Amino acid sequence: MADRTSDGLSPALPESTGGVGVSVGAKRRSRYSLLTRRDKLVLAAMIGLPLFLDLALIWGPTIASVVLSFTNWNGIGPITPDKFIGTKNYENLFQAYPFFWPALTHNILWLAVLMFAATPVGILFAVLLDRELRGTRIYQSILYLPVVLSLAIIGFIWQLQYAPEQGFINNVLGRTEQGNLISWLGDPSLNIWAVLVAASWRHVGYVMVLYLAGLKSVDPTLREAAKVDGASERQTFFSVVFPVMAPINVVIVVVTVIESLRAFDIAYIINRGKNGLELLSTLITNNSISESNRVGFGSAIAVILLLVSLGPIVVFLSRMMREDRR
Amino acid sequence: MANREAPRPQADSITGNHLLTRRQILGGMAGAAGLAAVPSLLAACSGGASPSAGGQSSAPGGASSPPASAVGGNITLGSNYSDAVPKGVLQGIVDTFSQETGITVKVNTVDHGTFQDQISSYLQATPDDVFTWFSGFRMRFFAAQGLATDISDVWAKVGDNYSEAFKVGSTGDDQKQYFIPIYNYPWAVFYRKSVFQEKGYEIPTTVDELKTLCSKMQTDGLIPFAFGDSDGWPAMGTFDILNLRQNGYDFHVGLMAGDQKWTDPKVKTVFEIWKELLPFHQEGAAGRTWQDAAQALVQKKAGMYLLGMFVSQQFQEAGEAELDDLDFFPYPSLGTEFDAEQALDAPIDGFMISANSPSLGDDLDAAKAFMEYLAQPETQVTWVSQDKGNIAASKNADTSGYTPLQQKAAELIGNAQRITQFLDRDTNPNFAGANGMQAFLLDFLKTPDQDPDTFLGKIQTFWDTL
Repeated sequence: MADRTSDGLSPALPESTGGVGVSVGAKRRSRYSLLTRRDKLVLAAMIGLPLFLDLALIWGPTIASVVLSFTNWNGIGPITPDKFIGTKNYENLFQAYPFFWPALTHNILWLAVLMFAATPVGILFAVLLDRELRGTRIYQSILYLPVVLSLAIIGFIWQLQYAPEQGFINNVLGRTEQGNLISWLGDPSLNIWAVLVAASWRHVGYVMVLYLAGLKSVDPTLREAAKVDGASERQTFFSVVFPVMAPINVVIVVVTVIESLRAFDIAYIINRGKNGLELLSTLITNNSISESNRVGFGSAIAVILLLVSLGPIVVFLSRMMREDRR
Repeated sequence: MANREAPRPQADSITGNHLLTRRQILGGMAGAAGLAAVPSLLAACSGGASPSAGGQSSAPGGASSPPASAVGGNITLGSNYSDAVPKGVLQGIVDTFSQETGITVKVNTVDHGTFQDQISSYLQATPDDVFTWFSGFRMRFFAAQGLATDISDVWAKVGDNYSEAFKVGSTGDDQKQYFIPIYNYPWAVFYRKSVFQEKGYEIPTTVDELKTLCSKMQTDGLIPFAFGDSDGWPAMGTFDILNLRQNGYDFHVGLMAGDQKWTDPKVKTVFEIWKELLPFHQEGAAGRTWQDAAQALVQKKAGMYLLGMFVSQQFQEAGEAELDDLDFFPYPSLGTEFDAEQALDAPIDGFMISANSPSLGDDLDAAKAFMEYLAQPETQVTWVSQDKGNIAASKNADTSGYTPLQQKAAELIGNAQRITQFLDRDTNPNFAGANGMQAFLLDFLKTPDQDPDTFLGKIQTFWDTL
């Protein structure tokens, strides 16, 4: 295994050293160079070190993950050639593993809910709070509180709220008896929504703070100008403020996508991601880094998650770069 | 995997587990650089794809305990007894051992759930000399992978303390011993004596009597069976006992090992029997923890509860009088030839010696001396006199100090001709986990009317892909 990884990396390394001017070609040109030897060393360190860290901590594990996804390695002992089983993990994943498609669907649902419900609500709160209502600070603190809590604690808090007999929600609704009980976290058609409420509860505060910071930085003269031109509040927001906020909007979209794809904590705390709460991230954990030892199979799911994540990231990065060029 | 959370009931503190994991990641990041961490680095591949999963995955590297700095008469002990009561008990036993032998034991306690999740990388990296574990598939698996030290010589000395069943439960695939049992506890049907007395209920001995009793309880406004399966493993207890009664020990063990098929009509019968009993169970089990279900029994809202004897902890918390009111009976017979086996789940917990401990070269003799000490009936009696949900593993244990419940448990296990560990201790953890058998059973509980052939076909297909 280790050989394989270094094979994957070695083509990249000479390139990196060449790039910082240590090769023969660089020596020939050095006569004309404005950079002193020390400058070059500093530059080499500044480029080389991050590059090394990038390769070692990001590309290394990523490539290892891809390689492992073609094995049936159980996490113990060396990875010998006979552990390579081709694309069998992927075949199992797509055809036989009953939890993969639900997990993928749940991730997409998660993304949709955060993007089209939680994020707009967060923006709405930010706009409202930006109008200097009385007690803005208090509202702000209340809405931001969930963001300060770790998702693990949020999962625990909501688990208490949703508990069938002792939970707050069922007691308020009077649904704690046999026969009319609502099993918020136990019913697989219901629990994903219950968990999404908890996740949105946090996400709203997060988006609100990001957006509020952006709103504060919008030039007030723009609004004044809009007012002078006779624009309504609504028109001012959608035609003036929103477009000016483009960079923040991109950040918020990216944050939302990332939050949805890495969704893990709440589902894992509630029931380790089973019975309707399957997510790609919990499948990876349950397969390769829990008591199970299907490291190869778990890696295959990780590769799928990587591919899914690459999509939106590439779209947004390319779009941002195009805008920068303009 | 979660079933081992059962014996040390702390599934309720799962949040705590999680926080601990995270903290350990931070602490362990630095340590992940070592060669020993290569497996976990590879496992950390997922980090490239998912930040949160990546964070989790680096935990195994971080979990490996600090390298033992023990010399001579020192040993280190990796313990998963993170609950207050058993933690105190273990410390007391360790202290007495140190006084008697002059060997100091350094106990490294890790949160129970974390310990379990990280056991593979822990044993491969720099484990402690001795570690807590349990009998079953995983014990044999680690022994076969060379991650545990053969202690057949210790067994040669202490073998007389144990019955044959415990020796079998400590033996690896190579017929050598790797495990010292300390205690076990039975799975049975728990009930409150006062409730049965007040309503004039009789202990059912056959499944028909059980059903009659259940109907009677329902008309009396009681939930016949308390039930909580949010952790995924409690339902396995029901499957185990029904399969043992219906199809016998040999079939059950074969099924766990993969020699029998889940699509076998015999398995189908088990689910049919279960389906008939399901209406007598507490609703919404999938969203209820076993602790909450136990509360239904404590509060006399439910009449019975099929669980391990650790359910007594919920009664202990409620008060001494409540604990005295708790009793149990063996699962009723199904009218098959296998009823006579009186087989049941009685999981055994105990200790093993690791293979990769850096200090083991110096400590092996001391570690074996410790194992010998743990195998003494007196040690085990000391343990269970404080941790009353269990009974001593040794057959020579003095049971005169037992509580009535413990005495009954000892009798129940003594009468059983066959003992199993528990579904997820007896079979491959890849199969039994949250995205495996736990999920399948939850699916059955939700839709018991689904076509059993399709349902069992799914399980068999899953097994076949492992």
